[in-house]
Amino acid sequence: MERNLTHIALFAALVAVLGLVPPIMLGFGVPITTQSLGIMLCGTVLGARKGALAVLVFLALVAVGLPILSGGRGGLGVFAGPSVGFLIGFPVAAYVAGWVVERWSAPVGLAAGAGAVLGGIIVLYPLGAAGWALMLGKSLTQVQVFLLGFLPGDLIKVVLAALITRGIAQMRPGALLSRP
Amino acid sequence: MLTLTSPVKTPLHRLRAGVKLAALCAYTVLLFGLRDPAALATAALAPAGLIAAGGPVFARHALRLLWPLWPFLLVLGVWHWVTDDAGQGAAIALRLLAAVAAANLVTMTTRLSDMLAVIETLLQPLSRLGLPPRRVALVFALVIRFIPVLSDRLTQIRQAWLARSRRRPGWRVMVPATLAALDDADHVAEALRARGGAG
Repeated sequence: MERNLTHIALFAALVAVLGLVPPIMLGFGVPITTQSLGIMLCGTVLGARKGALAVLVFLALVAVGLPILSGGRGGLGVFAGPSVGFLIGFPVAAYVAGWVVERWSAPVGLAAGAGAVLGGIIVLYPLGAAGWALMLGKSLTQVQVFLLGFLPGDLIKVVLAALITRGIAQMRPGALLSRP
Repeated sequence: MLTLTSPVKTPLHRLRAGVKLAALCAYTVLLFGLRDPAALATAALAPAGLIAAGGPVFARHALRLLWPLWPFLLVLGVWHWVTDDAGQGAAIALRLLAAVAAANLVTMTTRLSDMLAVIETLLQPLSRLGLPPRRVALVFALVIRFIPVLSDRLTQIRQAWLARSRRRPGWRVMVPATLAALDDADHVAEALRARGGAG
C-alpha cells in the first residue's frame, strides 16, 4: 500500500522535475525536452495503473497552480488552452504504454518501445489533435498536418524510452514494476 | 518552489475558491456558446477588466501567462488571412484568449492550499470506493516535497557526468535519475510504514 503511494508520488515528481531541467543533448547536438519522455516512462516502468495515476497526480498539481508543465507553464489556463487534448491524453498514453509492457512478454526494450509508440503516438496524437480542432475551430483533417511536426522528436523519445527502460531492467532486475 | 498565485492582492483573492471555479465554468461554457466576434469581444472585456484592475504588476504577470499562446495565434492569423475570413479568425482567437485569461485569473488569485482543499472535497465521494482523501493529500504533499529533492539529485547526476565527460549530459542520465525515483519511493514507503502507515 505505502509502496504504491510513494511510487505514484515520486514518479509524478520526476515528471515535474523533467519539465524544469534544461533539455538533454543527443549525440549530434539536438536538444530533447524530457517531460513527455517522463510520461512514457511512468507507464513503461510503473505499469499501466500506477503509471496513469502518477500522471494524473502530476496534472492535478499543474491544475492547482504549480508551474511544472514544461516551459514553466501551469495553472487552470493550460486546460483552457489549445494543448488540453494532449494533457488529457497523457494519463491514457502512460496507461497504454504500461499495458503493453505488462501484457507482451517480448524483451523489455522492445515491449517498452512498442508501448511508447502505441501510447505516446497512436493514442495520444488523435486526442491532441481533437483538442486543437476544438480550441482553434478547425476540423480534425485540417489540424493533423501540424502533428507531423512533433513526429520526429517523439520517435526519438520512443527509442529513448525503450533504451532507458531496458537500462533499468539490466541494472536492477526486479525494479521494473511493470514486469513483476 | 514558486507557485503561480500572484502576491499582488486583489478583491478576487478574498472570494472562495469554489465560487471562483464555478464562475469560471459558467463563463467558459458561455464563451463556447458564442459565435459572433462582437459578442466574444464584449465577453472578453470581463477578464481583461479584472486583470487591468489588479494594477500594472498583476497585469504584467497575467500577460506573461498568456505568452505561450503566441504560436497558436500566429497559426490562426495566417490561416484566416489565407482563407480570407478575418471575422471567424478573430472570434476564435478572442474565445481562446478570454478562456485562458479567465482560467489564469482564478489560478493567480487562489492559494495553492485552497485549491488542494477543493480537490479533496471533490474526491470525498471516492472515500466509499476505498480512496480516503487523506491518502490523496499525502500523495500531493509527497510530490511537492520531492520535486526539489529529485531536482537536486538530477543536478548531481549531471555534474557527475560533466566531471567525467567533455560532452554535454545525454539521455543516459535518465537511467540513474529514474532509479533514484524508484529507490526514494522504497525508502519513503518504509519510513511511512515505520510511522504507522499511510492510513
